Amino acid sequence: MTGTVLNCGYVPLVDCAPLVIAKELGFAAEQGLALNLVRQPSWSALRDMLALGHLDAAQMLSPMAVAMSIGLGGLPARIDALMVLSVNGTVFGLSNAVAKELGTLPFGDARAILTALAARGGKPLRIGVPFHYSMHRLLLSYWTSAAPTLTINEVTVPPPRMADAVADGFVDAFWVGEPWGSVAVQHDVAQLMMTGRDVWQFAPEKVLAVRHEWVERNEDMARRLMRAVFHASAWLDAPRNKPLAVEILGRSEHLSMSSDLIDPALTGHIVPKHNAPPVAVERFLQFHKHAASFPWRSQAAWIAHQLGADAAGVETAKASFRSDLYRQNLADIGADMPGASEKEEGSLRFETAVASSRGHMILAPDAFFDGRTFDFAPQPR
Amino acid sequence: MDAGPGRDQDGPMNSDLRILVVESVPERARDIMSALNAAGWMDVKALAQIAALDRTVREYVPDIVLIDLANPDRDTLEHISHATETSKRAVALFVDHTDDNLTKAALNAGVSAYVVDGLKMERIKPVLETAIARFKVMRQLQSELDAAKQALEDRKTIDRAKGILMRQRQVSEDEAYRLLRKAAMDKSRKVIDVAQALVTAADLLS
Repeated sequence: MTGTVLNCGYVPLVDCAPLVIAKELGFAAEQGLALNLVRQPSWSALRDMLALGHLDAAQMLSPMAVAMSIGLGGLPARIDALMVLSVNGTVFGLSNAVAKELGTLPFGDARAILTALAARGGKPLRIGVPFHYSMHRLLLSYWTSAAPTLTINEVTVPPPRMADAVADGFVDAFWVGEPWGSVAVQHDVAQLMMTGRDVWQFAPEKVLAVRHEWVERNEDMARRLMRAVFHASAWLDAPRNKPLAVEILGRSEHLSMSSDLIDPALTGHIVPKHNAPPVAVERFLQFHKHAASFPWRSQAAWIAHQLGADAAGVETAKASFRSDLYRQNLADIGADMPGASEKEEGSLRFETAVASSRGHMILAPDAFFDGRTFDFAPQPR
Repeated sequence: MDAGPGRDQDGPMNSDLRILVVESVPERARDIMSALNAAGWMDVKALAQIAALDRTVREYVPDIVLIDLANPDRDTLEHISHATETSKRAVALFVDHTDDNLTKAALNAGVSAYVVDGLKMERIKPVLETAIARFKVMRQLQSELDAAKQALEDRKTIDRAKGILMRQRQVSEDEAYRLLRKAAMDKSRKVIDVAQALVTAADLLS
């Protein structure tokens, strides 16, 4: 491995794929980077290592990056999101016992599932999430707040232990990233009810995070990293590459999980129940298409808003999503750029053509399950 | 107040600190506890089962929680500290911006500490220093153990590769090793990597 060494932290989940592909297929080497992927045992550890300078960059839960920047959580620090690493890719599941109580519900019907859970009564539902400042938890809170009678207890469970936590009765439900939902189904302990996109159709899940002061001092490194990851993401989203991607990730020492656990997330064929046929979920996990890697400032604003930030906090969050660097560093390698860096989140119900640097681009739907929209643009006085 | 052994010299400074050690490996937990006891902290409890963490934090009400930086249960501990924010005993990750060296030393040793809000630095520091020293020793032992295991595995692989060469090329053991070493040098790779490749290829062809 030659080139400038760049230490990048990650957590072994399917959605770390752009980093693994950037390394394994040589996209990083092409940029003169020796990408050293450093596996992290927990999100807290990843955050500490990045904030304290032991890592140059990291795959980070998007709300964790925003929380740190606006001063929330265990270790506040000024963190920038260079780009979005993945959109969507999470699942919500219920223990077999609770799923049985609710009876048959259409897969992916967020309203029907919520109504059924609220009508169930009884003890508060214990729901496992991987981390407090995660998109999983934000979507869970957003979704369940539409049913005021439903009480839930949020419990943090490391994803690899989610299936056991359901099996042991420690949690009744979970919101988790792949492959851990599929693992729970394979062990026949839970049923998947819906995916993250049934609550928000285009949720920025992970970001490529760096310290603000690092990017100030390492503009060129940041540029090369972004270009490598951009190429890897584009490669990953090409349908013809999916089988090879599954194989590469399945063999990779960085993930140490078999191909059959990687396949559902990458192909969007989710098996909701033990021995049931898979359900095809469009845009289950998106890396590149529909400007998936573009760090929309309005996405950061939505996250900050959900975290209870005030107007100043929302502005800080917006500034931490570096759409300026994205434009600056990726325009000349074929990245199509949207005309604006903010959009009204939740307003797209269908695929929509918008103005872009090359004429027009197709944005994917980004609607919320309840139809709300969020406009964080500065209001004209 | 009952004075336990080891408290006399240290005075009351150590006596009323409650320390919780989250560690699932019993020997490691015992190790850390005895190091803390030896330094004068007697009110130390170890917790192995993360499922009981929430209740333990509520009931035992520790002033300091020590946990291995690499422990996957850290995220659960962080969440419990958010959840108890409403009570007067907020627990937060210990990061001291005035003493970077201490934070760095803890990070390097693999210790993370959560401390009750308002606890004075001079009371935290000796606990952390004791833990850091103990974690360093444990980490050293672990890496020596890992290195020994790896060396044994490598030896097995190289022996298998030599065996394959001896059979296929009808050469002595020494000659087989020379062949491996030459191939490694020519490709500027390690002998073990060449041996591994040979064993993998032989497995595929058999």
